[in-house]
Amino acid sequence: MFGAGGGTSSYREVEETDFVILWGSNARETHPIFFHHLLRGVRRGARLVAVDPRRTGSAEWADIWLGIDVGSDISLANAMAREIIHAGLANTEFIARATTGYEDFASCVEAYPLVRAEQETGVPAAAIKEVALAYARADRGMICWTLGITEHHNATDNVLALINLALLTGKVGRYGCGLNPLRGQNNVQGGGDMGAIPARFPGFQDLQDPKIHAKFSSAWGGAKFPTKKGYHLSEMFEAMEHGELKSAYIVGENPARSEADQTRAVRLLSGLDHLVVQDILLTQTAELAHVVLPAAAGWAESEGTVTNSERRVQRVRRALEPPPGARDDIELICELAKRLGHDWGHPTAEAVWDECRSLSPMHAGMSYRRLDELGGIQWPCYDENHPGTEFLHARLWKDPVEGPLAPFHAVEHDPPVDLLTEEFPIRLTTGRRLDSFNTGVQTGGYSSPLRTREALLISPADGARLGIDDGERVRASSRRGSVEVPVRFDASLRPGLAFMTLHFPDQVATNVLTIDATDPKSGTAEFKASAIRIDKLVAAPVT
Amino acid sequence: MDIRTTGGPPTAEEIAAVDGYLGVPESLWEGGARAAQDDHLAYGGRAARSRRHLLLPVLHALQDHIGWVSRGALEYACRRLAIPPADAYGVASFYARFALEERPPLAVHVCDDIACKCAGADDLCAALEKGFGRAGTADAGGSAAWYRSPCLGLCDRAPAVLVERAGAAGHHADARIAPATYDAVNAVLNGGRPAAEPGPPPQTGHGAVRLLRRVGVVDPDSIDSYRQVGGYRALRRALEIGSEGVIRELTEAKLLGRGGAAFPTGRKWDAVSKVPVRPHYLVCNADESEPGTFKDRVLMEGDPFAVVEAMTIAALATGCDQGYLYVRVEYPLARRRIEHAIAEARTRGVLGDDIEGTGAHFDIEVRRGAGAYICGEETALFNSIEGKRGEPRNKPPFPVQVGLFGKPTLVNNVETLVNVLDILNEGSAAFAKIGTSDSTGTRLFCLSGHVRAPGLYEVPMGTTLRALVELAGGLREGRTLRAVLLGGAAGSFVTEAQLDVPLSFEGTRAIGATLGSGAVIVLDDTAELEQLLLRIARFFRDESCGQCVPCRVGTVRQEEALTRILGERDKSRRESDITLLTDIAQAMRDASICGLGQTAANAIGSAVIQLKMVGTS
Repeated sequence: MFGAGGGTSSYREVEETDFVILWGSNARETHPIFFHHLLRGVRRGARLVAVDPRRTGSAEWADIWLGIDVGSDISLANAMAREIIHAGLANTEFIARATTGYEDFASCVEAYPLVRAEQETGVPAAAIKEVALAYARADRGMICWTLGITEHHNATDNVLALINLALLTGKVGRYGCGLNPLRGQNNVQGGGDMGAIPARFPGFQDLQDPKIHAKFSSAWGGAKFPTKKGYHLSEMFEAMEHGELKSAYIVGENPARSEADQTRAVRLLSGLDHLVVQDILLTQTAELAHVVLPAAAGWAESEGTVTNSERRVQRVRRALEPPPGARDDIELICELAKRLGHDWGHPTAEAVWDECRSLSPMHAGMSYRRLDELGGIQWPCYDENHPGTEFLHARLWKDPVEGPLAPFHAVEHDPPVDLLTEEFPIRLTTGRRLDSFNTGVQTGGYSSPLRTREALLISPADGARLGIDDGERVRASSRRGSVEVPVRFDASLRPGLAFMTLHFPDQVATNVLTIDATDPKSGTAEFKASAIRIDKLVAAPVT
Repeated sequence: MDIRTTGGPPTAEEIAAVDGYLGVPESLWEGGARAAQDDHLAYGGRAARSRRHLLLPVLHALQDHIGWVSRGALEYACRRLAIPPADAYGVASFYARFALEERPPLAVHVCDDIACKCAGADDLCAALEKGFGRAGTADAGGSAAWYRSPCLGLCDRAPAVLVERAGAAGHHADARIAPATYDAVNAVLNGGRPAAEPGPPPQTGHGAVRLLRRVGVVDPDSIDSYRQVGGYRALRRALEIGSEGVIRELTEAKLLGRGGAAFPTGRKWDAVSKVPVRPHYLVCNADESEPGTFKDRVLMEGDPFAVVEAMTIAALATGCDQGYLYVRVEYPLARRRIEHAIAEARTRGVLGDDIEGTGAHFDIEVRRGAGAYICGEETALFNSIEGKRGEPRNKPPFPVQVGLFGKPTLVNNVETLVNVLDILNEGSAAFAKIGTSDSTGTRLFCLSGHVRAPGLYEVPMGTTLRALVELAGGLREGRTLRAVLLGGAAGSFVTEAQLDVPLSFEGTRAIGATLGSGAVIVLDDTAELEQLLLRIARFFRDESCGQCVPCRVGTVRQEEALTRILGERDKSRRESDITLLTDIAQAMRDASICGLGQTAANAIGSAVIQLKMVGTS
């Protein structure tokens, strides 16, 4: 946000903040390390608010749970902003000095009185007001979110709505304040930082900036790069659909199971002229590939670095030899380059990293030696005397502000694409559990006392209404497809709300039901909001 | 929370037992039925977690009414109090009282600890085993079971039995049989009521007693009776002279704590009164669990208003709004009398809001222990009140700074507090004249074992052990003294040659012994000393909370080594086992974080190593 692709705060700040809104995140199960830091803050006295359609394990720790209807986040955020403004709690001085676009924003949220928000979110008006004012009044306040915000067709707008709240109250760029998207893996942040996103060189440097272009070109032997922004994941599948994208090289990803509308994803991957998959396991995607490159695991079998949610770059070290036949990612890539006519030699992980440091200013000061000495360093870290950066955007509090001002964005409520109708009356939302990871590639092989078979979780009241027993197998159908799945009653779900995970694609292909309506800006699909129908299975006619 | 135990839903009775204590749940999220407003909103978090301290009372309610704590019931309790079930299970399984497997509603706890062993507890257990089956198993009718128990604090009437009857009447059905016989236990198991509680202590009506002067004299259920003999005069005086005056009196009286550690009471009160952090808490430690000790029970049963009055004075002097009296669950009568006294005192305006019309506020809540010796350790006791496992905390910080709920806390033993009344009534000078110059006042001693008249005796500090034993009637005809266990299981043995030790803090220290809790268990030549030592070793192994390694491992190794020393014919390893015992004792003393581990080797060490009383044949 404001030009930097990472959470603004450190874990330590979460422990020392006064107020946390966990928005669309069941961090207790899905980000347990972060949640430990959060709990320390809670035990020290921080108040916690959870915004989530489900009363999750995280929400059970919260002082207040706002059980919004799926996809009504912007309505809630805008109504909160309106309450804050009307109560005179907007930080006018900060807004005037450090932001742009306030007038448009304020007039936009004026259209979200509590009565409208209550109608759109389901949350009682008084509770919305209570949370808004408490957040505004807290000295230190933080908003943390995950996929409950971003797996929507309007993901970027959702994030902007949260950013607006922080700007409105001056809760960014100060210790203990901030905006933090929690990262689901130890190195999601690092992937983006290294340029594995469509429009950026390593270190978030703009692909379309000629100076940056020239810098990389001269470092890399006059190499030429496309100046056009590349595809993000959803666009890649669209390009496959249109026949523009005919071959793919997939590293450490299992889109044949993780993509929304799975039937379509498998069809498109199967139709490619050439598919190369590099992975540590033979995933369902790898099974579709023409060539599979067995890779060493990033953890314990490889040298290198990872970057966590607080932007801390940390060393990982090889403790084990990879199994026979599996090779380090760097080696595989270099061998591939060689076959394509570029001999890059056999660089060590440190040599690759030092090259990155020479080109990415925000990583420049992070030698392996310093990473060892300091226990990791938080970017940006511009030179070998720079201590790293505990929290981002302190510049917004400088007078005058250094660098660009932070813009407000007026965003409007836009309900989920998959409408609830009489035919599809139940809102299905998806998520993850503590003991499983995404499509189960890395966790399915290990037993867990907590893990049960995939099931469609519904409210006992819905079960009674539909004449379905706890444990009964049913057919769940969306506008895209249907699956058979056992039902499990979950008293914490309200009537009309159902929940599934995507951890067991071979038992239940949850993503057959989900919609691939995609946010045009970020490319994420609306996994969180499908409309489904639940039918009893009809016994096969006896012949 | 989301990690569930697998126990199925709670029964209606279990829900009623929990709700009976906590009230009816207000929302689905607190365990009630779904209401419309639950769909989109829940309050919880800190407000819900702040009721964590009610976990033990809730578990007691289940144990009282249902007779055990099922997983379903535990889960329901967790939902009501916002506690993760795994956490609550760790608490419930810590305390001996809570049965986590179904068992018969009638539980008969037979004390087989030191004093009761001396009085034939093993014979009683053998008879019960013959009549009703093995300890811990249901009898033929399935309605009762008997269990071996550590000290029940009825050593003056050994052997002792505590009967718990789960059901609608709750803990009010608890009763005691002492001295117990097979026939008396049999009668209770067949539905009979135990005989009435026995009479007053031996010195009743004796002019010289001070702490015991009202015990057996006043009606313990009548505040008027208490007032007639001077009750609540001390509170009046405390209000006159104010906090500083009270603390000055205590300091000049040189009162030392009677719980075992002998810390200057005045200094402790002064420290708490001066800590700026609020609120302050007062805790009366009535978790008298040291084997052979029953003095606080007698005070609470016989003079409950004195305890309440003294707590009120302590609270007003140190700025406490809320007090807790933590009494062991094995003392049902003491608890009932104290609860009644608290209610009476509230009604009469000497407790609660506006005490004696001064506007001062202080109230007391009685909390039950749940069968854990370690909870007599003050920081373990705090954890227990807070609804946690009774594991001691590291010190510092000390309770005066960071105590109950993390706040400054004054914690005193029952006997210590009752001393305050005399000091205020008669002045510190008069008090300091009694006893020795370093150990002022009188002291309560719990005489049990092989003396003619076991019971609670009060003598001036500095009285010799010989005189005390004589006061209790001396040994039985024709018997000779083997040893005296001074200070309970955590104390040490003394022999005939040491009988002239003056019973003062400095006097006992001079011979390497301790007054401890005031337990004096007299053993004559019929005592099976080896069996008693093994019982002590087993006691510490059972009661070690397991938190810190020296004690967790040391108490087990100590029992093993002792068993070898006493039991094996082959004596070739004796020397190395005695060396091992010495080493274990040293490690436990040096490295355990609390008094339990630090003293767990005392009694055994004194008998085996210092006095060479056993194992040297």
